[in-house]
Amino acid sequence: MNAQERLSLIRAGLSARHAREKRFRLYGVAAIAAALGFVAILFGMILVRGLPAFTQATLSLDVAFDPAILKVEDKPQRREGQSPAEFRKALLDWERKVTMLNFNRIVEQAVRAAAPGTTADARQALSIVETNARFQLRDMVVADPGLIGRTVRVDMLASANADNWLKGNIDRSLPDAQQQLSAPARALADQLHADGRIRFAFAWHIFTNVDSRSAPAAAGLAGAFVGSLYMMLVVIVLAVPIGVMSAVYLEEFAPKNRFTDLIEVNINNLAAVPSIVFGLLGAAVFINWFRLPLSAPLVGGLVLTLMTLPTVIIATRSALRAVPPSLRQAALGLGASRTQTVFHHVLPVTYPGILTATIIGVAQALGETAPLLLIGMNAFVAQVPATPLDQSTALPVQIYLWQGNENRNFFEARTSAAIIVLLALMLTLNAIAIFLRTRLEKRA
Amino acid sequence: MTTNARTEATPMHMPAERIVPQSDLYETPSSTVRTPDAEPRPARIVARKVNVFYGAKQALFDVSIDIPERAVTAFIGPSGCGKSTFLRCLNRMNDTIEGCRVTGTIRLDGADIADPALDPVELRARVGMVFQKPNPFPKSIYENVAYGPRIHGLARARADLDAVVESSLRKAGLWGEVKDRLNEPGTGLSGGQQQRLCIARAIAVSPEVILMDEPCSALDPIATARIEELIDELTQNFTIVIVTHSMQQAARVSQRTAFFHLGNLVEEGPTDMIFTGPLEKRTQDYITGRFG
Repeated sequence: MNAQERLSLIRAGLSARHAREKRFRLYGVAAIAAALGFVAILFGMILVRGLPAFTQATLSLDVAFDPAILKVEDKPQRREGQSPAEFRKALLDWERKVTMLNFNRIVEQAVRAAAPGTTADARQALSIVETNARFQLRDMVVADPGLIGRTVRVDMLASANADNWLKGNIDRSLPDAQQQLSAPARALADQLHADGRIRFAFAWHIFTNVDSRSAPAAAGLAGAFVGSLYMMLVVIVLAVPIGVMSAVYLEEFAPKNRFTDLIEVNINNLAAVPSIVFGLLGAAVFINWFRLPLSAPLVGGLVLTLMTLPTVIIATRSALRAVPPSLRQAALGLGASRTQTVFHHVLPVTYPGILTATIIGVAQALGETAPLLLIGMNAFVAQVPATPLDQSTALPVQIYLWQGNENRNFFEARTSAAIIVLLALMLTLNAIAIFLRTRLEKRA
Repeated sequence: MTTNARTEATPMHMPAERIVPQSDLYETPSSTVRTPDAEPRPARIVARKVNVFYGAKQALFDVSIDIPERAVTAFIGPSGCGKSTFLRCLNRMNDTIEGCRVTGTIRLDGADIADPALDPVELRARVGMVFQKPNPFPKSIYENVAYGPRIHGLARARADLDAVVESSLRKAGLWGEVKDRLNEPGTGLSGGQQQRLCIARAIAVSPEVILMDEPCSALDPIATARIEELIDELTQNFTIVIVTHSMQQAARVSQRTAFFHLGNLVEEGPTDMIFTGPLEKRTQDYITGRFG
């Protein structure tokens, strides 16, 4: 074989090699494009469905606090010689009387006043206003009894059905029997919308209100959000120290023998256990045995801690293993004890890795639903938990609950809105992780 | 003092006698070791019949040696001959290696370093170490030097610590280059500067002995020359043991040289005698480049 022949052989192979490389790169680009496409479709659909839920039909009505309807004595004042308990009792009696007043009638009159020619009867007129309007007015009177006899402009949420109708979520050509609102109520809603009495305002109450079944338009995420925050806190407070310390002990101090091998294998196995099994464990151990309360974020946090621990341990161990041995030798050679070597030199180098692992683990725990269903966190809870021991729900569970709500065409958008909030929370967490990691890495 | 014909080839040094390690010295460690310059020096470290095993594999066989005070002792030999292993025995760094077992005795100032009552932490404060690759902590230059005195509680007040940092950096010949950037990371220095920082870090604890494991193998010739000068200066205050692959380096910096081969200490004596008239054929072959 002469030089010319050899060269032509190499050249022939070369073009095939280049073609193979090009094809491989094409596969890669195609795979990434497909992945990005799916992500775009997912996010696009969630945003398209969920964003409308952040604005809601809101009525702006002139409410006349008619003294003829609101017949109640003056708010009691503290008299001289009256004990605090007596005064408190008198005040509560008065508040109870205010609550018994017919605020629905006030609401109905306000609606009628805004649309003088309406044919809607009392029930139909009330059906376009969310049922919490009467509590809203009651609270205003309790706070300021001087309102009685005056007319004030008040913003009230339109009912979920009215919101659906005005947003066009319901086919307008459907016959009466299949509509959620009666014909006069639909006409009334359209009229008020045309007059500018109903407008679409940003729904702040999604963030400030708790879940509600009687007034679905007023339902919010506050309870679930705080519940999730409490669980996150429990996970961080428990999983990080326990996980990091276990990893440090196993990696730096534990003798290498069969027993530690067994522990290592089991930690890896634990990371692969389906999350619902952790829920069963939580129900059996924390609730049935330790008698912790049902539906409590503390129990949820404990269960999620068990789930997050393997992630934190495995990530911390691999971060520790990546620390060059020269660093340990430097400290040991200087006369640092093993503990000093680990805590002064080895561990600080691994902070970025541990931090990233922790936040990814916490974000994973935050999105977990299945184990929470088994410890009762899918209960309907209409309050913001004051402590981690109070009953509560969580963001992903709230999504699950809303997804199953019977008022489908209203809660479909609500569900997507809750998903947007959850995703925003996770993206924030990840952004914090990236920010902290780059800062820590720069400092090191 | 016996005059040896071969030592006359190196007239700048006093004649000196060779010490061939003998196992019968076990019970009566020799009190002085001759070095080529002037008077004999007392032995600081006395090792007798040291064997090291990594698991079932024996890495060192019956090594016995005396290491003189305030002089440089060089360990030479081909890769894998056990010289670094023996060096690591001297401050019990081998303790940190899983499955490593050391037998025999090593005495530092007459006290057995393997004594369970002796904390290896204390030993390492007395026997400092500089490694092959510069390994400053990923912290500031100041923190690198201050770390040792701080953990051993040698300097508690800030002013004391400042003084220790400055004098250590001065002794390591680094002060002029880094005095304006003590708060910058030590890892940002050049390779040679990093190694001098590691030496400053080691001497900040005021050890009696400094072990150097091929301290120049990762450095360029200029940085190497700088470190060698430094080693020479340090001899005034410290006992130095250096492992080196470079026979020129051993010849330049050391007063005594020990040649290791296949886990055995083949020959040990004043540097000039090892290089000009070794007793053993293996030493002769190694220093003339026939193997290694």
